[in-house]
Amino acid sequence: MLEVRDIHSYYGEAHVLHGASLSVAKGEVLALLGRNGMGKTTLIRSIMGVSPPNVRAGAITFKGEAILGLPPHLIAQRGMGYVPQGRRLFPSLTVTEHLTVLKPASATHGWTVAKAFEFFPRLAERRYHRGNQLSGGERQMLAVARALMIDPDLILMDEPSEGLAPVMVQHLEGIIGQLKAAGLSILLVEQNLYSALAVADRVTILETGRVVHEATAAEIGDQPETLTRFLGVH
Amino acid sequence: MTPAPTPAAAGKPSFMPRLGLAAVILGTLFFAIAPLLVPTYQISILTEVLIYAVLAMSVDILAGYTGRTPLCLGAVFGVSTYVTVYWTSTMGGSPYTGMMLGILAATLVAAIFAILAIRTTGVYFLLLTLALGMIIWGICLRWTSVTGGENGLRGAVRPAELAAHMPFYYVVFVAVAIITFIMWRFVRSPFGLTLRGIRDSDSRMRSLGYNVSLHMFIAFTVAGVFAGVAGALYAMFNDFVSPSTVALTQSVEGLLMAITGGVGTLFGSFIGALAIIGLENAVSIYTERWQTVLGLVFIFIMIFAPDGILGGIKTLLARKRG
Repeated sequence: MLEVRDIHSYYGEAHVLHGASLSVAKGEVLALLGRNGMGKTTLIRSIMGVSPPNVRAGAITFKGEAILGLPPHLIAQRGMGYVPQGRRLFPSLTVTEHLTVLKPASATHGWTVAKAFEFFPRLAERRYHRGNQLSGGERQMLAVARALMIDPDLILMDEPSEGLAPVMVQHLEGIIGQLKAAGLSILLVEQNLYSALAVADRVTILETGRVVHEATAAEIGDQPETLTRFLGVH
Repeated sequence: MTPAPTPAAAGKPSFMPRLGLAAVILGTLFFAIAPLLVPTYQISILTEVLIYAVLAMSVDILAGYTGRTPLCLGAVFGVSTYVTVYWTSTMGGSPYTGMMLGILAATLVAAIFAILAIRTTGVYFLLLTLALGMIIWGICLRWTSVTGGENGLRGAVRPAELAAHMPFYYVVFVAVAIITFIMWRFVRSPFGLTLRGIRDSDSRMRSLGYNVSLHMFIAFTVAGVFAGVAGALYAMFNDFVSPSTVALTQSVEGLLMAITGGVGTLFGSFIGALAIIGLENAVSIYTERWQTVLGLVFIFIMIFAPDGILGGIKTLLARKRG
């Protein structure tokens, strides 16, 4: 589904990603882990084509097509959904408008407004509220629902559990599980190790812009030394 | 199955549209009846209000719905006026063809400006559009063989059957009503919704699959079309054009009307145009320093109703309703 090979990304002259590589298979959830400032968000933004950063070397293919250098709107149109860090909703649009801006309310194929509300009943209750009138959990749900409206094959999620209450994190894990069951591929950036392990098939750890460890979610749980060394988990 | 909304949420959306509809009906009635109750001179002022409201609405499409404040739409308005007047006076053509050509010229100029300006935001957009507007003003001032330079051009745009103030007012009234409906449909359309998304964050819209540059180009050009329509009506209203019609003050005035009425409200432009043109005319009867009074009123509005008059009323009603 997604292949990232040896990419080098820069913020100005600051070299942030030093040849990072990863791959996400169809229907797979890959958790990208790492401490603060290791380049996780930079990698996600590089894949999505969002500038900054600037990708100066490497290759990114999505569904077999090279997408490096394409503007973000063309990458999204190819079926890549993006749930940015901090939700980044549209403050002045209502919940319904967040969805209808991407697909008319009358649409019947793929993810529709009705289907999104069925999937996120809480959003249906808040449909007339604006983006800046929602709680953290509701905002996250809306950010995911908005990404689903483009009928993606792959979703990039940047720290979706950040700032959420434990009960909402659990709820979110359930949602990611359902999306995976529906056949979606997910690249999940997380700082919350346990939340990531609860939903991921595989784990990739990033340190100072390089991939330093890859394992299945089941394996990494049995590698306390790795967790301590790269994630500071004791 | 879609879950039913909670009663509180369900009641929310139906209130404002109903009130909005009542306000639109009241406003339409006001502009329909007012000329019957005032002297001829005031009918002319009301005509000007309607024409400038269209200019202010075109400014609002960009300032209110895309979050980019233009300082060149007065010049686009003036291009339309110049072409219309030139066609009727120098070329001796029909006023209606002249108006069509005026709108076409304004659209073309807006499309060219759009290509140059859409990649900028904030203060850069403001300054770039200001510079583009100044170029038009410079051309109109210096190209004397065509524009008449500082002397301007006197036209023969208004047909004899519309020479009287009252019939002309009602022609403008109907035209503006149709234009306003089209503009309202435009900003309420799915395309208008994407413009609001761009206003909130163009990078988010890009990540969701939108070609923001193309959307901005269309929005800018459409705003130019409407500014051109206002300019063509103004040509018929004034039968004269000079560089002051394309000057920066024209763009600023359109912007002030949009801000005074309430940016992002569209219909607020009518309130803004009425307030500013009304004040200009009313205050200038009593003092030569009417611009000072206008400035003070504007400061007062910015302090007590930063969202404009209509925006302020909306906020008050929403607060009252909890």
